[in-house]
Amino acid sequence: MMRRFTLIAVPYLWLLLLFLVPFVIVLKISLSDTALSIPPYTPVLDWAEGIRAFFSQLDFENFVWLTQDDLYWKAYLSSFSIALVSTLLTLLIGYPIAYGMARAPEEWRPTLMMLIILPFWTSFLIRVYAWMGILSNEGFLNQFLLWLGLIDTPLTILNTNTAVYIGIVYTYLPFMILPIYAALDRLDGSLIEAAEDLGCSRLLAFWLVVIPLSRNGIVAGCFLVFIPALGEFVIPSLLGGSGTLMIGKVLWEEFFSNRDWPVASAVAVVLLLILVVPIVLFQRNQQKQAEAEQ
Amino acid sequence: MRLSWFNVVSLTLGFAFLYIPMIILVIFSFNESKLVTVWAGFSTKWYAELMQNEAFLNAAWVTVKVAVFSSTLATVLGTMAAYVLIRGGRFMGRTLFSGMIYAPLVMPEVITGLSLLLLFIGIGLDRGVLTVVLAHTTFSMCYVSVVVSSRLATFDRSLEEAALDLGCTAIEAFRLVTLPIIAPAVISGWLLAFTLSLDDLVIASFTTGPSATTLPIKIFSAVRLGVSPEINALSTLMIAIVTIGVITASLVSKRNLARQRKDEQLAVRAS
Amino acid sequence: MIRFQNVTKRFGEFTAIHDLSLDIFEKEFFALLGPSGCGKTTMMRMLGGFETPTEGRIELAGQDIGPVPPNKRAVNMMFQSYALFPHLSIWDNIAFGLRRDKLPKDQIAARVEEMLKLTRLEKFARRKPHQISGGQRQRVALARSLAKAPKLLLLDEPLGALDKKLRQDTQFELMDIQETTGTTFVIVTHDQEEAMTVASRVAVMDEGRLMQVATPARIYETPDSVYVADFIGDVNIIQGTAKPIGDDRFHVSWNEGQPPLTATSAKPFSDGQTCHLAIRPEKVTITTDKPDTADNAVQGKVHDIAYLGNLSTYHVALPCGTMIKAQTANTRRLSRRQITWEDPVWLSWTATAGVLLAE
Repeated sequence: MMRRFTLIAVPYLWLLLLFLVPFVIVLKISLSDTALSIPPYTPVLDWAEGIRAFFSQLDFENFVWLTQDDLYWKAYLSSFSIALVSTLLTLLIGYPIAYGMARAPEEWRPTLMMLIILPFWTSFLIRVYAWMGILSNEGFLNQFLLWLGLIDTPLTILNTNTAVYIGIVYTYLPFMILPIYAALDRLDGSLIEAAEDLGCSRLLAFWLVVIPLSRNGIVAGCFLVFIPALGEFVIPSLLGGSGTLMIGKVLWEEFFSNRDWPVASAVAVVLLLILVVPIVLFQRNQQKQAEAEQ
Repeated sequence: MRLSWFNVVSLTLGFAFLYIPMIILVIFSFNESKLVTVWAGFSTKWYAELMQNEAFLNAAWVTVKVAVFSSTLATVLGTMAAYVLIRGGRFMGRTLFSGMIYAPLVMPEVITGLSLLLLFIGIGLDRGVLTVVLAHTTFSMCYVSVVVSSRLATFDRSLEEAALDLGCTAIEAFRLVTLPIIAPAVISGWLLAFTLSLDDLVIASFTTGPSATTLPIKIFSAVRLGVSPEINALSTLMIAIVTIGVITASLVSKRNLARQRKDEQLAVRAS
Repeated sequence: MIRFQNVTKRFGEFTAIHDLSLDIFEKEFFALLGPSGCGKTTMMRMLGGFETPTEGRIELAGQDIGPVPPNKRAVNMMFQSYALFPHLSIWDNIAFGLRRDKLPKDQIAARVEEMLKLTRLEKFARRKPHQISGGQRQRVALARSLAKAPKLLLLDEPLGALDKKLRQDTQFELMDIQETTGTTFVIVTHDQEEAMTVASRVAVMDEGRLMQVATPARIYETPDSVYVADFIGDVNIIQGTAKPIGDDRFHVSWNEGQPPLTATSAKPFSDGQTCHLAIRPEKVTITTDKPDTADNAVQGKVHDIAYLGNLSTYHVALPCGTMIKAQTANTRRLSRRQITWEDPVWLSWTATAGVLLAE
């Protein structure tokens, strides 16, 4: 009995202390006043004072500030649209690859699979960095296009939203491909043949049979790209320009450059609230899939 | 099934998209010129320079230390958590527990980093190697626990009961039967935790102090100023290590699979 | 040797075992037989120590084993899935339990060799479980659970994973091994043929209750309930009302306009009591002419014939619609088979052929 208690208590306490408690602190600080001391906030709540004091001293000033300064809501909006657009782009690029993998000869598949996973193990930072040399004004892409004669003057891609899209698609592509491939791999090939036998063209069979049956994989892949892309920091700060507004970057700057901790915490709380919806939807999709498999 | 031209084209373009940036990176790490985009002949001088760069070497050493400690700790805690999730039965706050296991997987790194930093400041813990290890352990134990619990879920429980039946205590049953069987999952959990820790920039930036700069932090601050051949050389080394690791792992698993097939044939013939 | 005293086991709302008492004797080969979900596996897991009774007590050799954990019981179990440790060789699997007892090395080796010999596995000692066939795995599981020379061996559906031919051979092997080692065996099975073949006594269970505990022959010939009669083998059940006519003989009126059937029963039935006459198909004789001397004879038409090789089963429809099965041994070649579909036939049986049951 004692042993079971220890087994449960150790990871439980660890997570409580290093996961849940920090969130409560973020919530608390987001409701504090800004001060120019270190730590740069005046605590609203002295832990000993109790709950009543807590509620009477709550200060939503930071949240009000978020709605007044249009930097923040613009950042949320633009994060959302960048994440959404790049998720769709990833789907458009990832699906044909996953489909090709699922139709490849059996003996190739482990190798293809390994080739998809390999970039995942290499450093995220390095993969983003690799694009800096390609997309810059004198980068390889421009050199290549100039050499082809398609353009006369170099295109400005680096430090624009386009570069951010490319970065997100590139780094998150494996997350899109793997669940779709898993769904397609289970798909019985005779289903397509049956659809063709019943009078579908190849394309129609794909649309009516393959796409619906890989729906769970598509949904899972989209969430796996969308959720982390929304809070992304590295990609917009390396590939994006000063005009690229993403909430992860705003939070970072609010914290490290402006040293405004209460506002940074408020930004984090709102980001979390926005993320709750896709996370819950994602969990539901996973659960449905798990039930369907039983 | 056969590949249509469409499949071939999409696979070729897809893998080209995934690999060409890294190949370019590797090639230009051997460039003579300081200008990374113009080829000026083969040279390994950037590697030599890298080897003399104290700051990078120090950062690499800190990173490896952090990764080893945090992934080992995360493997122990994550395996315990997986065992509790699958075998723990009912206990108070089980839903909260499984929520706390899955939440960090989808949490934006900026939020995790910020919240941990505020905790460390709140309890007055000096930021350095220790705080980064604690932070990395917390989020990577969740990954370990997901990997291990998916293995435990398919584990035939009667194996443990058989061990008890044959005279094992609960601890002996775990050590002699459960652990050897789930070992591959525990090892891949450790590897995952290790790479996550090696890779992490955001959480480390929040939770570290001036005394413990990790490699990603160092690379990030260097890269912000633009592309440099030294970083290319460093990236190439890291890519090489990972590639060798992954290819070795897949060859080992391929060989094991082949051996298992042979064994099964042997079994059929033996009957 | 084993005594269940008023044992009840509940899982939450669900009661798996209802107030059950049972004795199992030393050196017995005892079978727990019943459909899935009848509680037989729960009984076995309570003996193994993996479940504890909610109420009542279980004694092993006079000692209450309720608080004894599985690793301290002189009881070993052979699991349905065999539960062979996949990372250990056959040899190490068999030695696993002996090593837990901290026996000296040479003693362990001697005992393992003995077990390998008993189960004819000497050749496979160095192999891993996935390198041998299903039948061999079954024998390893048996050897492993017997290695510690337990007072009691529990076998959970031991032959369930084997194909039919192998299962029959293994049944006899199990009986031999039980005899050689003198261990008490308790087997759980849903296969009535298996239970009848191997066991010296059988307990038929249903919904957590014991229906009947007796030797296989008695269970088959004199079931004491319609449930047992129906569960074991094939049977015709005719419902009617009893009327004592002396000498333990009864008349059973079962259908308007048909003469009553005659049956004997040691158990008393009062006049007009509802009863069920259970007759095994092989005890019903089928003839084309009316038999002169039979105690009971009814006429019908052949509805269906199931030819099983050694036996043929005739499904005969009586004018009232009741279907009666009659079985004959095919002692001669097919050429003499004179009864065919739609033939009018007579079915007859003696007064002692059937069993009269109250419920």
